[in-house]
Amino acid sequence: MRFAVLMLIGFSAPTLAAELNIKLEVPRLDVAEYHRPYIAVWVENQDQSTATHLAVWYQTESKKEDGTQWLKDLRQWWRRGGRELEMPVDGVTGATRPVGVHSLSFKSTDKQLAKLAPGKYNLVVEATREVGGRELLRVPFEWPGTQKQQASANGKTELGAVTLNVTP
Amino acid sequence: MKTALRAVALTAALLAPLASHAHKAWLLPSSTVSTVDQWITVDAAVSNDLFYFNHVPLRIDALVITAPDGSKVAPENVSTGKYRSVFDLQLKQNGTYKVAILNQGLFANYEENGARKRWRGTAEKFATEVPANAKGLEVNESVGRIETFVTAGKPSEAALKPSNVGLELIPVTHPNDLYAGEASKFRFLLDGKPAANLDVVLQAGGTRYRNEQEQQKLKTDANGELAVTWPNPGMYWLESSLQDQKTSVKQAKQRRVSYVATFEVLPQ
Repeated sequence: MRFAVLMLIGFSAPTLAAELNIKLEVPRLDVAEYHRPYIAVWVENQDQSTATHLAVWYQTESKKEDGTQWLKDLRQWWRRGGRELEMPVDGVTGATRPVGVHSLSFKSTDKQLAKLAPGKYNLVVEATREVGGRELLRVPFEWPGTQKQQASANGKTELGAVTLNVTP
Repeated sequence: MKTALRAVALTAALLAPLASHAHKAWLLPSSTVSTVDQWITVDAAVSNDLFYFNHVPLRIDALVITAPDGSKVAPENVSTGKYRSVFDLQLKQNGTYKVAILNQGLFANYEENGARKRWRGTAEKFATEVPANAKGLEVNESVGRIETFVTAGKPSEAALKPSNVGLELIPVTHPNDLYAGEASKFRFLLDGKPAANLDVVLQAGGTRYRNEQEQQKLKTDANGELAVTWPNPGMYWLESSLQDQKTSVKQAKQRRVSYVATFEVLPQ
């Protein structure tokens, strides 16, 4: 009888979702012809296969040319799974972002992370810009880990600072 | 003796355009990694230098484009100029297209009424078009493929299914999944069977801008597999050829088999 009561208490206790918070900087560039970059953010397994897609920002305006034709220029993202996605993807894809720091927040209960098994991963951010360059950054992290983590990487050309905060 | 020598010389001359190692034949696609509904344009040329048009166009009468679903697609906006043939292709399906020129046939020459006659055609037409008792009959056979591959979206393999005639390449690594610094593997088949110990030549484009040909001489292993590590991104030309006696008609003494492919290697 006592055992059954203890079990009941265990199931009704609230669980706090683990959190993954990303801050991604689109840098201000001093160029004559500026176009917002295409950016892909994903979680990569240790063998570089894709664990989950987090964000893809591309030209989505229906009045302009079909923006999906340049997604392949995010060449690592493309080969690691981007090419298999049908655009748009709910909760992942969106329009290109302006210069500035952009936040992405995910909880372990969100669909983007719900299936992410505990383990070591890399956060990968790839950016490519029309008549511009291409840059890729990797930030290693553990999911969900046992303590809070903060890690970052700094881009040199097409990306600014990418900061990652994990709360288990 | 004299007649025999003349016959050999004639045969050699007939075969020269095909057997010539002096010029490379190739297809050059504008892209190999693309998206559905996008177009590519392909150049076809015969030239010593990779990948520069400076000699003659490659005729594309025998062009066969295989779509991801296995169906055949016609090229568009075809033209043949001084140095190259060009055509466009819209990638209406998701998956991998195989763009290939297949030249397969017999070449015969014989004596008729004191004159030397030449004939070229298929094995099927040989029996009816070439006199059975032709004098001084010399027959040679050739099976040659010139290919390239382009993928819209996710790579697929249906279009890469071998026909089991001549030299063919089938993926271990998909031909549109090639990246600088990585190792790739291809399997070569000869008439559908693994082509072991096959000599293969691999060369990167951009020959104009360097001092050496930098041609890699490779060999397939006992399973007909070839391992390649790509030093740099860019377009690469691959060629393999051999001669054997596996002819389609008994009058043909030998068969020349060749395979050429153009690959695009992307940067990391």
